[in-house]
Amino acid sequence: MNAAADRPLQRGSNLFDVERVRAEFPILGQEVNGHPLVYLDNGATSQKPRRVIDAIRGYYESDNANVHRGLHALSERATNACEGARDTVRAFLNAADRREIVFVRGATEGLNLVAQSWARPRLGPGDEIVITTMEHHSNIVPWQLVCRQTGARLRVAPIHDSGALDMEAFAKLVNERTRIVAAAHVSNALGTINPVKEIVEAAHAAGAIAVLDGAQAAPHDTIDVRALDCDFYVLSSHKCYGPTGTGVLYGQATRLEEAEPYQGGGDMIRTVSFEESTWNDLPYKFEAGTPNIAGMIGLGAAVEFMTELGMDAIAAHERDVLEYATGALDALDGVRIVGTAREKAGILSFVVEGVHPHDVGTIADQHGVAIRAGHHCAMPLMRRYGVPALSRASLGLYNTRADIDALVGSLHKVKEIFDR
Amino acid sequence: MNDLRELYEEVILDHNRNPRNYPCRPERTNRSAHGFNPVCGDEFFVHLHVDEGIIRDIGFDGAGCAISTASASLMTEALKGRPAEDAQRLFSEVHALLTEERQIGGPGEFLGKLTVLTGVKEYPMRVKCATLAWHTMKAALHGNDQTVCTE
Ligand SMILES: Cc1ncc(COP(=O)(O)O)c(C=O)c1O
Repeated sequence: MNAAADRPLQRGSNLFDVERVRAEFPILGQEVNGHPLVYLDNGATSQKPRRVIDAIRGYYESDNANVHRGLHALSERATNACEGARDTVRAFLNAADRREIVFVRGATEGLNLVAQSWARPRLGPGDEIVITTMEHHSNIVPWQLVCRQTGARLRVAPIHDSGALDMEAFAKLVNERTRIVAAAHVSNALGTINPVKEIVEAAHAAGAIAVLDGAQAAPHDTIDVRALDCDFYVLSSHKCYGPTGTGVLYGQATRLEEAEPYQGGGDMIRTVSFEESTWNDLPYKFEAGTPNIAGMIGLGAAVEFMTELGMDAIAAHERDVLEYATGALDALDGVRIVGTAREKAGILSFVVEGVHPHDVGTIADQHGVAIRAGHHCAMPLMRRYGVPALSRASLGLYNTRADIDALVGSLHKVKEIFDR
Repeated sequence: MNDLRELYEEVILDHNRNPRNYPCRPERTNRSAHGFNPVCGDEFFVHLHVDEGIIRDIGFDGAGCAISTASASLMTEALKGRPAEDAQRLFSEVHALLTEERQIGGPGEFLGKLTVLTGVKEYPMRVKCATLAWHTMKAALHGNDQTVCTE
């Protein structure tokens, strides 16, 4: 390790040394199609810093064993590493208790767990679940399944053209029949930051629980589940610079206690007999089977990485790049940004008039710029805007204004090709 | 870097800008199918009027990227008035053109204008775009009313 690597990544309280941060990500050094890689698809998944890769390799090279089972040294080390990651995540979310941190496969599994374990045993005909128009399919379909299973009804709060949630309409939808309000903290397709505190308060005032999908929020800003007072909060490790296959479900202890187990198997039980089994304590009641040990350890390292940089510094840096990008795209003839809510995180969806996003994506890729083109797992939202698909640039903490210049350059090429 | 101008060939851009037989459902349509690529949202309906084994008329509607739209448009041009039997052979040749190093038979003769799709070969991710309308046409001819998915 050289001396520079020993210096903290963040210099001072607001100085964010993006070049040093970029140097932590081995993948960013490559060329794609003869151009330096410009990775602007962080909403789909983020790249991994060396220390996350090292943590996973270190586990497999030195500590690999099953957890909570063996009495031998390796098992103890593996167990400690996993439980250490749980403590790290607890602090990251400011949860009150480590028992409230359940490791799952990702945000999707977290939402399905809440739907099947908390909602399904409780809901019936006459009950309602309120979501919003901007939800990712993973915060729509699990609730549709529960509605089909229980006879409950799904209600959808509309959005304004800007992509901001229509809070007036939302307030009218939440009533004494509402049992669950489930909303994105940050929209993956529009970048809208929802007023989640208000959403939680409205849910609680109606006697409902609040479930927040933080998949797109956790990598970008400080999350404080106690201040939010939400009942459940989910996130995906792979969007937070950690490995795929791991995610977190935060649940208030009382909610997790009243929920049924999600899956049955090893580790989630206290006693098993053929007549009856009893459940393990939180959070293990929801962690049946051998977990993704390397994933948990990798996520722990990723959260430490973000925490060390400082979520405030990350948010400030990304805000600067987002503002720059918004100005740059606004200045382009024939480019229209979709999602212009006042409160936005680093996501920029847009339409190039007369050109399908798929063609935009291919041309950008030929210039080394990775963006996403498609429906962004939000088909109802695409319908709301009357578009089959959108192009999306989504920021990570390593993106720079120069990355935006490269994106803009590739959009000029798009116009060059299609206007000829 | 591949030359984007080979992918976005002049004829392709033209058929994307002004798709032929679009949006169009021929009056005497007796075969239709729905094609959808859930990954990118491309979605087409292909309509045919088949009479005594001849594709008397063909049209399509829906929306997609330049490659899928141009390919659909070129397909309708190529098939109109042709025996339905030719459709399968043409599809096979287009498929070979998009995915194989060497084309079956001499290119150009049977394929005609469709050879402009050659550039797509360099972009494997886009082959599904170029074949969506063709899969849909095939489903329509076979009376398959399930949505065709190229994913
Ligand atoms: C807002 C939002 N919710 C949920 C998910 C699902 O996350 P995962 O696929 O990691 O489970 C995503 C990921 O695309 C997302 O953007």
